Amino acid sequence: MQKIYTRMGDGSVVELSESEVRQDLEEGTKDAAERAKIPPLSEDDLQRLLELYKCPDKSVGVEKGKEVILSYDSGTTKFNRVNVSVSKLQSLQIYERMLGADTMEMGHMDYSYKPAKNIMWIEQPVFEQALLVTIPPLFYGAMPNLGLYTQPDGPCLNPMELLPQGKISEARATQEEMIEHAVRDMVYVGSLMYESGADGINFDTTAAAGDADFLATLRAVEILKKKYPQMCIEMGMSGEFILGMHGELTYDGVKLAGLYPHKQVELAEKAGVTIFGPAVNTNTNESCAWNTARAVTFTKACVENSNIPIHANVGMGVGGVPVTETPPVDSVSRVSKAMVEIGRLDGL
Amino acid sequence: MHITHSIASGMGGMRTAGDLVARMQMSRGMKIKEAKEYVASKLKVSVSDLADPVVMNEVREDLDIGRVNALPRVAKGIDAKFRIAELLGIEINCVNQFKDRIK
Repeated sequence: MQKIYTRMGDGSVVELSESEVRQDLEEGTKDAAERAKIPPLSEDDLQRLLELYKCPDKSVGVEKGKEVILSYDSGTTKFNRVNVSVSKLQSLQIYERMLGADTMEMGHMDYSYKPAKNIMWIEQPVFEQALLVTIPPLFYGAMPNLGLYTQPDGPCLNPMELLPQGKISEARATQEEMIEHAVRDMVYVGSLMYESGADGINFDTTAAAGDADFLATLRAVEILKKKYPQMCIEMGMSGEFILGMHGELTYDGVKLAGLYPHKQVELAEKAGVTIFGPAVNTNTNESCAWNTARAVTFTKACVENSNIPIHANVGMGVGGVPVTETPPVDSVSRVSKAMVEIGRLDGL
Repeated sequence: MHITHSIASGMGGMRTAGDLVARMQMSRGMKIKEAKEYVASKLKVSVSDLADPVVMNEVREDLDIGRVNALPRVAKGIDAKFRIAELLGIEINCVNQFKDRIK
């Protein structure tokens, strides 16, 4: 029987039989369904995914009319990262004029709110110039990144040093202190960039440091939304599961540790988020079929439980995209099509 | 990777009506279907035309709301956004701030 050319979650090529791909799809959706207590993909969805992986074409795409909105994280920094010598303004014009970007995002190279706050006086004039010469909606974005608030870089004791010493209450107390600093920085930067004319503020890689990180961002969103009711706020997550690094934090009476995307979005909505971006981590030991089925299962449940637009994270290492610096077109385009057509997304 | 997603599933930005549909998600929290229908009604085109770069290039030219190939004496940048705000019936933050600055 003819083998199907596909890849593992690290991007390496693997040739599987049709029954092996089918098995991976079933196991991927089962894994997500069991973890999050959500419905697995239907037989029809699994068959569509199987056809997608059986298709020998290098690149695939959604049916005409099913296109969605693309939003970006760390937008302008991507050019610097690959050593393309263009300014932030020029890179936004490249997104606008050459990459077919529906929305754009400007960010500081050190893509977190804490370092960004120190250079707002440099960022704001560039952002204001960009707004004068570009047309698509323009976000300012950065990561909450609570890790930056620990010593020696920040003012707080490091909970990762306290926990192994058995200092549980001290570790919790320092995370609560980190939340206060992070909320202040996110509100400060968000306010200045909105007053500079931003169409939206993006909180990217939210909850990377666990439940305290998530809570800080929800609180910042709440404050910003109260201050600027018209502000568009996008919240992109860092993984499918909120790590309980504190373990006892709640928002609106809901314990944050252990929440999966379909529950995360409920709290994001309550806080005032306009667009939510679930993230599902790619497992490098499993095939792309397994990872895509799993990511689509989590994401579809999130879409079905949401009243706001959902833009899933489908960058390197999330959403079924392999963990490699050069994600292959065959894998990425299959994730793109599967997420939109089966996950019923509003954007990516 | 941006290019792959853009080709596989993106609306096409200002080559089409992607930026306009995005504005409805951002300003009114509309889901994709509702946002596309809203923009199509304002532009007086069909929903399937919204992601067609040839149709939309002509529509954008007629409405003077900015095109990829910007010719002389047509709306670009902020002036295109003034027209987009009026066309879609939405508030655009930088447009409002521009108005405040020239009062």
